[in-house]
Amino acid sequence: MRAKILLSILLLVLVFFPTFAGPYALSVATLILFFAYAGQAWNVMMGFAGQLSLGHSLYVGVGAYAAAGLYFHTGLGAWAGIWLAILLCMLLGAAIGFLAFRFGISGVYFALLTIAFAEFTRIGFDHIQWLGGPGGLFIKVEHRTGWDLVNLRGTPAMFYYVMLALCALAFIFCFLLLKSKAGYYWQAIRENEEAAQALGINTFRWKMLAVVISSAMTSVAGVFYAFYYNNLFPEQIFHISRSIEIILGPIIGGIGTLFGPILGAAVLILLSDGITEGLAALGWEFPGVKQVFYGLVLLVVVMFLPRGIWPALARRLGVGK
Amino acid sequence: MDPVNVANLALAGVLTGLVYGLMALGLSVIFGVVRVVNFAHGEMMTIAMYAAVVLFTTLGLDPFLAILPVALAFFVLGYAMQAGLINPFITRPEHSQFMLLVAVAIIMVNALLVIFGPGARSVQLDYLLESIELGPLLLDRGKFYAALVACAASAALFAFFRYTPTGRAIRACADNWLGAKVVGLNVKHYYAFTFGLGSACVAIAGCMMVLLVDVTPPLGPYYTLLAFVIVIVGGLGSMAGALLGGVLIGVSEALAGLFITPSAKSMFSFGLLILVLLLRPQGLLGRRP
Repeated sequence: MRAKILLSILLLVLVFFPTFAGPYALSVATLILFFAYAGQAWNVMMGFAGQLSLGHSLYVGVGAYAAAGLYFHTGLGAWAGIWLAILLCMLLGAAIGFLAFRFGISGVYFALLTIAFAEFTRIGFDHIQWLGGPGGLFIKVEHRTGWDLVNLRGTPAMFYYVMLALCALAFIFCFLLLKSKAGYYWQAIRENEEAAQALGINTFRWKMLAVVISSAMTSVAGVFYAFYYNNLFPEQIFHISRSIEIILGPIIGGIGTLFGPILGAAVLILLSDGITEGLAALGWEFPGVKQVFYGLVLLVVVMFLPRGIWPALARRLGVGK
Repeated sequence: MDPVNVANLALAGVLTGLVYGLMALGLSVIFGVVRVVNFAHGEMMTIAMYAAVVLFTTLGLDPFLAILPVALAFFVLGYAMQAGLINPFITRPEHSQFMLLVAVAIIMVNALLVIFGPGARSVQLDYLLESIELGPLLLDRGKFYAALVACAASAALFAFFRYTPTGRAIRACADNWLGAKVVGLNVKHYYAFTFGLGSACVAIAGCMMVLLVDVTPPLGPYYTLLAFVIVIVGGLGSMAGALLGGVLIGVSEALAGLFITPSAKSMFSFGLLILVLLLRPQGLLGRRP
């Protein structure tokens, strides 16, 4: 009950946020929701099923390029691009999962394989001139005033609400997943794969399902990215640091929990912003100083809160995970 | 295509690859014993490179002479890192270890950026421009000596693990952690010692690498990925595999510029990595886990 009340209050604040927030606060909030959503998607694979992916930028990038490329070359908007993005990323996730799980690759090796696929694709996209190559793909910026949800063209507030809706849907979807048969099988696999197999769970099939769901969800974040920023560079979108940004949220917030990715994304982005402003106030604006502080805070959090912030906070608030 | 030219390039690739191999050897030794993937490996490499550049520009110390102080400092640094930071994490899940080392890597690469700025630094020595003639082949002098040092350092490490009591104790910890504890070995001390040794490998490789390339802070993450590719191809935890992987990657990088476009050279390495992971996940010279 308590959890429901707190969640409703949070949702209410988020729904009315654009009415009193300035443009800068709105863009920060949109970014938080973006990483909360992508972190939620990653969490399905790692937090639920225990498969560590360090290459989720692959799905963000392929999703973004699929939708943006379609729009750029045929004029078909986001409503069409999103299906292409989801389809491509599901196929890609299935292919990587199939290869990895068939050949019995797990743990560190699986994580490194996902990095390899992301890096391979990054360099590959640098050589696809049809999608702009290293010079980037730019899509037309228009309709900055109205709300065109079908084509994802509109005001910053529209993008905020789209992201909020995606986050809410992902939250509910993950809640249902955790309560479903798949959710319990995944947790069994995460805790002890051999034991799960001995109990008759087809671990291959359920791990595949986790990868496919996670990659499909992540591709939608990519579509949003493409139409929100209107420019794509392989060097940025497929870069390993993008994957790290996605997974820091859930790890800091609390891996395997529903609220962890959201809290983690908020904490990380507000922290990064706070450091920027703090350093500006002190006059220490050398390149790199901000990231040093950021790294130090990450170090402290991971050392003293190994299970993330949310489990500790949830106890204080008296709500379940 | 001139065959002599190709042979020259391939030879240069082998020499560079041996230095890569020494760097990857550090990663492989650490993983083989401590079972932690050092995601800050390339960043440590760039720190060693900057150390060599600073020693050269301030004291005029030749990078070959800088090896000793830098390797010693790195051994102490590595020991302290494992003892203070990583030892509490060895029983934690992989993603937690990953986070820790990513945080360390972020701090390292940006601290370098703060101290040295984004510009490239290098070591200028006259003998780096000379070359050795070997029949029709030309050998870069700096590269040749760097590769010799890399080979000597690797051989020393092999001998250390094979013949010294400490090396044997470390291998015992790697083979059976609990058994080593039972017979009274201080496992945490040996883990820290191993991380120190791995760091010293990186230090030597870094001192040699400044003879071959200019150093900038973003080189760190690049070398981390490169080291992963090399050890996976050669076999994570296999010492000979790391050197073989280094040479393979060195040659492929050198020839990729000739046969395909230079910008696709790392695509080739990642492709090789994917193939090896799928067809022979333990690596070319690795043992089945």
